[in-house]
Amino acid sequence: MKDNATPPFGADPCATEFRLNGASVAVSAPPGERLSQSLRERLGTRDVKIGCNAGDCGACTVLVDGAPVCACLMPTARVAGASVETQSGLVAHDPLAQRLADSFHAHQAAQCGICTPGMMVAAMALLRAVPSPTAAQVEDALGGVLCRCTGYRKIIDAVVDAGVGGMPPQPPSTGDVGQAIPRLDGRPKLDGRERFGDDIAPADTLVLRVIRSPHHHARFRLGDLQAWQAANPWVALVLTAADIPGRNLFGVIPGFIDQPVFANDTVRFKGEAVAAVVGPADAMAQFDAGQFPITWDPLPAVLDVATATAPDAPRLHPGHEGNILCQGFVKHGDADGAMAAADVQVEGQFETSYVEHGYIEPEAGMADLVDGRLHIYGCTQAPVMDQEALAPILALPLDRIRVLPSATGGGFGSKIDISFQPFVALAALRLGRAVRITYSRQETMASTTKRHPAQISLKVGAQADGTLAAIAFEGQFNTGAYASWGPTVANRVPIHASGPYALRNYIARAQGVYTNGTPAGAFRGFGVPQSAVAQEVLFDELADKLGQDALEFRIKNALTNGTPTICGQVFQQGVGIKACLQALRPAWARLNAEAQAFNAQAGVLRRGVGVAGGWYGCGNTSLPNPSTIKAGVRADGTVVLHQGAADIGQGSNTVIPQIFARALGVDVAQIAVIDGDTDRTPDAGKTSASRQTFVTGNAARLAGEALRRLLLAQVNAADDSRIVLGTAQGTGLVVEDATGPHRLRLADLPVDAEGYVLRVQETYDPPTLPLDENGQGAPYAQYGYAAHLAMVEVDTKLGTTRVLQIVAAHDVGCAINPLLVEGQVQGGVAQGLGMALMEEYLPGRTENLHDYLMPTFGDVPPIETLIIEEPDAHGPYGAKGLGEHALIPTAPAILNAIGRATGARLRKLPVTPARLRAALKEVGHA
Amino acid sequence: MGYHRPDRVEDAFQALAQGASVIAGGTDWYPARGDGPVPQHLLDITRLPQFSGIARHDGGWRIGAATSWSAIVNADLPPAFAGLQAAGREVGSVQIQNAGTIGGNLCNASPAADGMPALLTLDAHVQLVSAKGTRRLPLAQFVTGARQTALQPGELLQAIDIPDTWAAPGTGAAFAKLGARKYLVISIAMVAAILRLNAGRVADARVAVGACSAVAQRLGALEAALQGATPDEFAARVAQAPLTGLSPIADVRGSAEYRLDAVRELLSRALMTAAEAANER
Ligand SMILES: Cc1cc2nc3c(=O)[nH]c(=O)nc-3n(C[C@H](O)[C@H](O)[C@H](O)COP(=O)(O)OP(=O)(O)OC[C@H]3O[C@@H](n4cnc5c(N)ncnc54)[C@H](O)[C@@H]3O)c2cc1C
Ligand code: FES
Ligand code: FES
Repeated sequence: MKDNATPPFGADPCATEFRLNGASVAVSAPPGERLSQSLRERLGTRDVKIGCNAGDCGACTVLVDGAPVCACLMPTARVAGASVETQSGLVAHDPLAQRLADSFHAHQAAQCGICTPGMMVAAMALLRAVPSPTAAQVEDALGGVLCRCTGYRKIIDAVVDAGVGGMPPQPPSTGDVGQAIPRLDGRPKLDGRERFGDDIAPADTLVLRVIRSPHHHARFRLGDLQAWQAANPWVALVLTAADIPGRNLFGVIPGFIDQPVFANDTVRFKGEAVAAVVGPADAMAQFDAGQFPITWDPLPAVLDVATATAPDAPRLHPGHEGNILCQGFVKHGDADGAMAAADVQVEGQFETSYVEHGYIEPEAGMADLVDGRLHIYGCTQAPVMDQEALAPILALPLDRIRVLPSATGGGFGSKIDISFQPFVALAALRLGRAVRITYSRQETMASTTKRHPAQISLKVGAQADGTLAAIAFEGQFNTGAYASWGPTVANRVPIHASGPYALRNYIARAQGVYTNGTPAGAFRGFGVPQSAVAQEVLFDELADKLGQDALEFRIKNALTNGTPTICGQVFQQGVGIKACLQALRPAWARLNAEAQAFNAQAGVLRRGVGVAGGWYGCGNTSLPNPSTIKAGVRADGTVVLHQGAADIGQGSNTVIPQIFARALGVDVAQIAVIDGDTDRTPDAGKTSASRQTFVTGNAARLAGEALRRLLLAQVNAADDSRIVLGTAQGTGLVVEDATGPHRLRLADLPVDAEGYVLRVQETYDPPTLPLDENGQGAPYAQYGYAAHLAMVEVDTKLGTTRVLQIVAAHDVGCAINPLLVEGQVQGGVAQGLGMALMEEYLPGRTENLHDYLMPTFGDVPPIETLIIEEPDAHGPYGAKGLGEHALIPTAPAILNAIGRATGARLRKLPVTPARLRAALKEVGHA
Repeated sequence: MGYHRPDRVEDAFQALAQGASVIAGGTDWYPARGDGPVPQHLLDITRLPQFSGIARHDGGWRIGAATSWSAIVNADLPPAFAGLQAAGREVGSVQIQNAGTIGGNLCNASPAADGMPALLTLDAHVQLVSAKGTRRLPLAQFVTGARQTALQPGELLQAIDIPDTWAAPGTGAAFAKLGARKYLVISIAMVAAILRLNAGRVADARVAVGACSAVAQRLGALEAALQGATPDEFAARVAQAPLTGLSPIADVRGSAEYRLDAVRELLSRALMTAAEAANER
């Protein structure tokens, strides 16, 4: 323990005067304070975002005397006398920035919007210097800003079109289903008004910091906390496991609730929480967590599946022999017999790495007590699950907890689980006042869930004519120290590991395994992207062995309407994989010809084209999964939609109103939308498993239809009547039928507590059937389908890979908003590309965004999206989910392309330059 | 305590004597703090008069330590500086280049500092100042190890001197960086090359490699082997030269074996680019 007698804030604050967005300001801050911190907390300029505090993400980009810099790397005192411009000021004062905002809006260049301030500020520096920039100039100028949602292409388009001579697309207007309208919640992301998790708390709110384990596995003893607090009088509160009034555990799946909020005496991963300290912001900024009184006693750690399942491995959780978390199993037909009888067989062992979600917004939020109830503000994918997880920890009834989601700067699965919420909740309850928290980049990377590393052993057999005969799959998934969504991964993978192909003989077993790694949880695809890598790569090898074209081989074996899946489920309509694969034929021929022509010249660069398919069941696996939507009509005729599906950038704040408006028969712009608040919006379930458009969309459709019936019934109008809302919201409501217009006399109706004269509430739960012991049944009401082509260029001497082009065919049943479809696809492709080529999270080693590499501008190629619409029997207007599908085929398509370019067979992801170069040498490249 | 941004070097020495932490662009200084507190006593050197800007002086060029990468990239410099400018263009991102300085790059002494190889090929010397006076050191003697320099307490790096060794016609220079993504990437390995061609043959060459040893290294044996070579002989000479002095580590960016393998290819490519540039002059 260091000397802690001195108060942690020694120096006198410096007064700094400068111009901020055109106005003179003066700020008094400690000498080394980062400009980003002063701008946000002392000057209220919260449009400046903090994603890493290390220059790696660019979210904090501001202009200092016109030049873009990272505000997180600049001392505030440095800008004395300078002019500082941020997104909000630029858009308020500069017509060029307004044009840029319009172009971003039209292109949907902002998804979650957390990177948008940095993107727009960097773009402004470019546009002021280069009035009509090219795409390459945009990439160079914006290359210092990371985006995890969009895949960058829409941002490039938006900046180019904001230049002189560019033309932002003119979006259509009514917002009907099928129209590519801009995001209904898009504008605040473009002018700096959007409020994310860290943007809610007033500047003088108490700050909480979590003390975390520096060891993968250790016992610990807390020191004398009372004495420590007495010696540090600025400390408002210290929290440990002893302070938890309820159950010191959380998790997401009943039966697997195994993670303590604060570890009791043993930590199982590096980054696990053991205590928390609360104090005033300025004191906390100077607090060195290393001085917290605690002693560690490290224990042997098991970090991968092999060591965790070894006989002498420490057992991490009682009742889990061999550190096996759980197992999923599917058996269909006779895989062993069919494999032995197959004309050709291929097999392989595959390995994938931990993948970090990489949202640019670290977890952040605030808890407060309001009229005796606990309010939780902040980013989340699942407000009602948060509420349900907190209640037993805090020993509070559900109705004492209100979750008010902020805008969420990306989630991709990790923000389904609770993270910061219990810490600030406990602190606010104890102190009776608001407490805030913001995870550091290192903290979010070290402590929140990741994609499961997988070890897969796969065998595939086929007949000489190319008919698939059998697949045998074994997979082990490292779930880290706690279960999180590990059971879901273990269950989902066997159901999906065949890929979207017709197959009579199949056996698949997947295990979740506990280790001392960072907990692995939900991440776009729940294990399916990992299994798809093995299956799609071996399909290419099989096609080669059979002497068949890789695309035609897949088309021949594609699942069709009326053919049972490997779970024995038969869909009579909506199986769109064949259509996706067939849609790729022209690009396949063209790109293969291009690659051949390129390779005809000798050289170190080799090109190749790869293909892969994918499918994904939307919603929970064989479990109830309802969503509820409520709507009301006020006496003035305003129609209000209560939309509780968390929009983490994927677009449900736009899609759900579009569906509702179609069902009601009005323009989407005429609907008032209330989103995300557990007091006001009924449970729309979690934003995961590609379920919101399908499940909540259906609830919105049912609610729209019900409200329509209710309105028409008021005047006994016929079913085909038109509902006419006043041009401005709240200017009355008219129903028109053959006999003419009928104004509804809403003012005569009784008004309920929420101010509604009419109201509807509808729930949709997708029809599924339980799986038997062999995994046979009807796990999902619908699947979505996808197939991707990738063209790559490999530098055979250096082992580097450049992806030159992606063509992505997606069967979405019905594209409710085609621009949102493209956005999801491009963002998913970028994540799949990262998983294929560069992303490898190593607990304790790559907990920052310069050692952990995600794609930047220039790494993501042009992406052509081919939208296929094979209507689903259950989806709203035939629509299917899309979120996860977008990245499933990308990584295997890239691997197959590398294989076709060079002959190298890659078995381990990511294919870093070092790994690829080693593989290239093995197959004879000099 | 406090934030000092003096415009007189004497004031800077005084702050240093009182224990202030030196900050230039801050692009290494802040990330080095991690999640811990930021020092409260700072000496910002970016306003010191002799520390910024690029100028001719007798017999060479002088680059102030606090000169930003953007200023170097945008400066009008002779062909011999093409490698240094190319390196600057690949430092992080525009934001990092606008703030980060060449002096900070050297003082931070990262094995992966992109500025080092090019400056080594340019025979750069550093000018160090303290209350006691000024001293000059060859760059190779200034950076002594990973995160280690010859900087004494109370001393500041004031400028980098580059002699006119490479002013003759027929000179070309290049930089090649290997990273796993396009922007914001730390080098797996990088090389700088500078050469003068005479009648199509190498009359003189310098090559240096970074991120393959604790401190970037010149490859003397290869430089000698390149004497008299024509560009189409480069690859063979690179292939045969001993890479003495390189002792790469394995880390998250790549294995040691891979680095050594890739470096030869980078060397060949950088030499070819330099030769092409030399031919254009
Ligand atoms: C996102 C990001 C990407 C980066 N990418 C690259 C890259 O691609 N290649 C690369 O080489 N580097 C990279 N860097 C590192 C960094 O930007 C460079 O090393 C830069 O040149 C450092 O300069 P600075 O002025 O910011 O140094 P500072 O951070 O201000 O200082 C660095 C160190 O040097 C000391 N110091 C600075 N100037 C002096 C002086 N004149 N006298 C004495 N001591 C001094 C400081 O005390 C400090 O210890 C990156 C950094 C970030 C944050
Ligand atoms: S917050 Fe400044 S670059 Fe990430
Ligand atoms: S929109 Fe770029 S990070 Fe979400």
